[in-house]
Amino acid sequence: MTTVAAKPATMAQALTRAMRDAMAADPTVHVMGEDVGTLGGVFRVTDGLAKEFGEDRCTDTPLAEAGILGTAVGMAMYGLRPVVEMQFDAFAYPAFEQLISHVSRMRNRTRGRMPLPITVRVPYGGGIGGVEHHSDSSEAYYMATPGLHVVTPATVADAYGLLRQAIASDDPVVFLEPKRLYWSKDAWNPEHPTDVEPIGRAVVRRPGSSATLLTYGPSVAVCLEAAEAAQAEGWDLEVVDLRSLVPFDDETVCAAVRRTGRAVVVHESTGFGGPGGEIAARVTERCFHHLEAPVLRVAGFDIPYPPPMLERHHLPGVDRILDAVARLQWEAEG
Amino acid sequence: MTVMEQRGGYRSSPPPAWQPRMDPAPLLPDAEPHRVLGTEAAAKADPDLLRRLYAQLVRGRRYNVQATALTKQGRLAVYPSTTGQEACEVAAALALEERDWLFPSYRDTLAVVARGVDPVEVLTLLRGDWHNGYDPHAHRVAPLSTPLATQLPHAVGLAHAARLKGDDVVALAMVGDGGTSEGDFHEALNFAAVWQAPVVFLVQNNGFAISVPLAKQTAAPSLAHKAVGYGMPGRLVDGNDAAAVHEVLTEAVRRAREGGGPTLVEAVTYRIDAHTNADDATRYRGDAEVEAWRAHDPVQLLERELTARGLLDEAGIEAARQDAEAMAASLRERMNQDPELDPMDLFDHVYAENTAQLREQRALLRAELDAEQADQDDRADRDDQEGDQR
Ligand SMILES: Cc1ncc(C[n+]2csc(CCOP(=O)(O)OP(=O)(O)O)c2C)c(N)n1
Repeated sequence: MTTVAAKPATMAQALTRAMRDAMAADPTVHVMGEDVGTLGGVFRVTDGLAKEFGEDRCTDTPLAEAGILGTAVGMAMYGLRPVVEMQFDAFAYPAFEQLISHVSRMRNRTRGRMPLPITVRVPYGGGIGGVEHHSDSSEAYYMATPGLHVVTPATVADAYGLLRQAIASDDPVVFLEPKRLYWSKDAWNPEHPTDVEPIGRAVVRRPGSSATLLTYGPSVAVCLEAAEAAQAEGWDLEVVDLRSLVPFDDETVCAAVRRTGRAVVVHESTGFGGPGGEIAARVTERCFHHLEAPVLRVAGFDIPYPPPMLERHHLPGVDRILDAVARLQWEAEG
Repeated sequence: MTVMEQRGGYRSSPPPAWQPRMDPAPLLPDAEPHRVLGTEAAAKADPDLLRRLYAQLVRGRRYNVQATALTKQGRLAVYPSTTGQEACEVAAALALEERDWLFPSYRDTLAVVARGVDPVEVLTLLRGDWHNGYDPHAHRVAPLSTPLATQLPHAVGLAHAARLKGDDVVALAMVGDGGTSEGDFHEALNFAAVWQAPVVFLVQNNGFAISVPLAKQTAAPSLAHKAVGYGMPGRLVDGNDAAAVHEVLTEAVRRAREGGGPTLVEAVTYRIDAHTNADDATRYRGDAEVEAWRAHDPVQLLERELTARGLLDEAGIEAARQDAEAMAASLRERMNQDPELDPMDLFDHVYAENTAQLREQRALLRAELDAEQADQDDRADRDDQEGDQR
């Protein structure tokens, strides 16, 4: 076996490659959405697919999100595996009716007779200077809908591996792509691209002993940075990348929290009614006697996503995370 | 002199001549709904087809009456009747080949029954034991859709997928007049036309969306006119004339199958019963209007045609009636049995494989049910013992 060295690649490249490989392996995989064909998507994530597989397999649809997802439902009913691109987080909202009323529950309504293997790719989150409606973190809405899987990669390897798994899944998957990581590079071995944990498993990205940061998607990198910075203060922070919000990996998360006795949930979306509330509650329910401080949350403010010139104040950054970590100590000491 | 020229001599070259993308005239519906019964065209209709339509109409009427009665007995939570609209329902089912697909709305139980699905399974949604009782693949019928118009893009996607696969399958999607105001209606028609998908949209304009009359729903000359803007033909048909609806739908299905793209058919009909058994129709419409439509009853229209042409006699009418009666008796009897429910079903079809969270919740319910059962067993034992002592 020849070993091929890992090379730097961008998350966007890994996602494109995942779709390409899935389409080559399975003729029922169809990519569809606005501008995904000739242009290759506004983020170029579908670049080259229409050329390689033809417009019937990578289709520029009319500009209509409910229509895109709604027709994907019919296509899936007939045996195809649609991979749908929603151009930006906030433009997926017109498709919510289809997502919630049909996509998420067709298996259930038909008692398992009509599963819908649809992947809904949603570029999400801020930090790229996008104007209004281009930076929302909508994961809480998806998480609240039974029947959907909700996953989000934070590494190049996961971008490839999780997307291949999502496309292969017989259930609908909302695949949240952190847009600010599209152009970030990691070392990635394209010879063994699927060597990642399955959907539903969290991964400890950095082991630590003082406290656990529970995070996902775009905030993973920020938490790793915070962990580096915290070393100077004598804190050895652990970083858990959740990877999958539904299903949720209680086991890995609780094992991590029990080890450190302290936890902070970090995400960009709003704190009130956001994913952090659910995560903190689960951790508290399961690890109460191991906790030396309440589970804290560092989230975006409870405001509509701010204009780009102000977004840095909204996004959880290293300082805010470190402040929370300091509070953990204070809370612990009473 | 243009404003631009006055300002400083800037002169734009004239724009390239505008050309319409296609001649809209052939897409426009006729001014009057298409009719067959009672016209000379009826003589050309296939007598066998007319008899089949008649038998199904009579069954359909009886089904509506029976299902409505079941709501009064508490056997059905709700039933949206199609009394007065049976011609549309029956023609929709009969215009399709076996390999085609039907995408019904919540009201279209009758079309689903006429397609061959077991009537009891069709009523599962309305009885409340499960959201959908039949296997969609078995008869190629999508689940009844309760959110309005959302099933229309599904029909387009399925038809498109079939065409990509090289199958000559057509999808027929049904929607009410109110549903045509929904965004999904628009998106479905647009996708269908752009993709030239083999889909037929059947709008049953029954006058009302619950209480809201058509005039408050749309300002279009007719719902069939909406087709033109998408680049597909619109067809207007008398929805109480089973032969006419069948003819128009069959023609649209044929065109779709042959690659001619989608058609929007508006069938003008009337909802004789209230919106559902829970609705008080007297609040928004008068008896005179209902009576006028009763005089244009789809079953009577076809019966008159068939008898006038000697294709049906008293014995034939009686035979159809008895067939419908037998169907109703069987439906009644089977609906009067309590459905068998397994609460564990709740967890069985959320995902292909249950999440850890659902496994925990499943175990919780299992334990609750077991405790309940143990309780009941205890009580039964005690009763037995007391019985023995006595
Ligand atoms: C998206 C949506 N909004 C509202 C309703 C509630 N609702 C049920 S039936 C109905 C009226 C539908 O009228 P129409 O489309 O004309 O069909 P009809 O009932 O006449 O067959 C309404 C408003 C619904 N089912 N779905």
